[in-house]
Amino acid sequence: MNRATELLVYLVSAILFIVGLRRLQSPATARSGNAISGVGMLIAIVATLLVAEIVSPMVIVAGLLVGGALGFWVARTVKMTSMPQMVALLNGFGGAASLLVGGAEFLKSELVGEQIPLDTGITIQLSLLIGAITFTGSMVAWAKLQEVMTGKPIVFPGQKAVSALLFLGVLAMSAYQLITPDSLLWPFYGVVVVSLLLGILLVIPIGGADMPVVISLLNSYSGIAAAMTGFVINNSVLIISGALVGSSGIILSQIMCKAMNRSLANVLFGAFGAAGPTGSSKSSAGLSVRSVTPEDAAIQLAYAQSVVVVPGYGMAVAQAQHAVREIQELIERRGGEVKYAIHPVAGRMPGHMNVLLAEANVPYDKLREMDDINTEMDRVDVAVVIGANDVVNPAARTDTSSPIYGMPIINADHAKSVIVLKRSMAAGFAGIENELFYNSKTSMLFGDAKQSLTKVISEIKQL
Amino acid sequence: MSETLINGLVIFVLATYLGAALIGRVPPTLHTPLMSGANAISGITVVGALLIAGAGLGWISTVLGFLAVVLAMINVVGGYTVTDRMLLMFKKDDK
Repeated sequence: MNRATELLVYLVSAILFIVGLRRLQSPATARSGNAISGVGMLIAIVATLLVAEIVSPMVIVAGLLVGGALGFWVARTVKMTSMPQMVALLNGFGGAASLLVGGAEFLKSELVGEQIPLDTGITIQLSLLIGAITFTGSMVAWAKLQEVMTGKPIVFPGQKAVSALLFLGVLAMSAYQLITPDSLLWPFYGVVVVSLLLGILLVIPIGGADMPVVISLLNSYSGIAAAMTGFVINNSVLIISGALVGSSGIILSQIMCKAMNRSLANVLFGAFGAAGPTGSSKSSAGLSVRSVTPEDAAIQLAYAQSVVVVPGYGMAVAQAQHAVREIQELIERRGGEVKYAIHPVAGRMPGHMNVLLAEANVPYDKLREMDDINTEMDRVDVAVVIGANDVVNPAARTDTSSPIYGMPIINADHAKSVIVLKRSMAAGFAGIENELFYNSKTSMLFGDAKQSLTKVISEIKQL
Repeated sequence: MSETLINGLVIFVLATYLGAALIGRVPPTLHTPLMSGANAISGITVVGALLIAGAGLGWISTVLGFLAVVLAMINVVGGYTVTDRMLLMFKKDDK
């Protein structure tokens, strides 16, 4: 294969990635799109193996087998509730791969004693920096999501100043590396180590509730890191793919920020939730809640014409999604209609709740976006809130002193009646009281969501 | 700046805009598979990793190259497999 053929084959790969992403515009074509993208990847790998001058084939074979087997095993065994951790891990590995390739390219020219051109030098420095930040940042995000470290923001005095100084340090070492005619290794290792540290420092002050934004952003970084590797080895398929992934992550971060009514800067540097429960100005003192039994809830649901389920991550934690789907089918059999209202930050990453419901065999056309469902909420007989709290808190609309004021919410309080499934009266992620629970048309069904729903199911069946 | 770098930049900028146009039309219901699928695509770094691993550069190939191929392949195989697993679950109401 000559250079021209090689470049054309890479172009084919890039086109297949684009076609694959385009087919993600509908759930009906998405699966074939993913397969098409996979073929593009296979072509790129085979083409590389055919043109490369391979001196050490065993290293390649071993790497492909070990990486392929590990990837396959993780992908087959990961639980759908753990998808955010999985994506965080994959982001991190992508970053680390870029870091390793960038580093190897640098050390290679040291080894053979050739001068790195300035252009390549700059892109190597960038791939080290971005790759390292993506790697350690993703590992911290993974640890927070996996709850091996606290989900609370970790802050210390002067944190931002330290990060800024470290960043300047990286820039200074990179610049020195680029201008010095001497062959030096310390600025190289310095850049790598400090960048790794920077990745940790940038993610630890961000709270667990903000991880969806962070994962999206790190997804973007992993793409940009791949693109930088493309600049280093002068390969346009890497640049194109990296840029596609880079913009995808940025767009998802923006969607997440908008859904929380926060700016990206506020998410990254605001240390939201560090001060503990902030509390709204409105106190719950003197207000009472109406607790109901599963029997009452069953009667209410069985005779409802239209029901909207508002799921939160609590539903997934309680593994209640299968019970929810069963209730949906029972109501439908009795002639009622059931829809699901999905808030953009309902899960722990963009679209997470949709995957969890799809796993429980809920058809995707029953899932409605927030703006869509809010227009018809007035006509809904019963809104069932399961393991969700802040995303249905009316304070976001009315209480200017509330920390979540301005955040778009699902207007569950506009439905004719509301059933809230909740373990206890504990406040949500943001530690804010929810006046929806004290509303006169709200019934509280306390207890484990799965157990409560199982009781509701048997009650409906007896009606 | 060399012509190669500028050409690369042109490709990068255009592909970023293309990506934004493509991703903006993906419905929220598919955002998780989109992210894992994008992860798989960013595993394209495997191309660079293979070149290093196969170059016979001593520890640079056997340690750095090997690790890079392993990590990028976890991204590629893991990303495509888990995306497929998720997309298989998305069903339309057939009633």
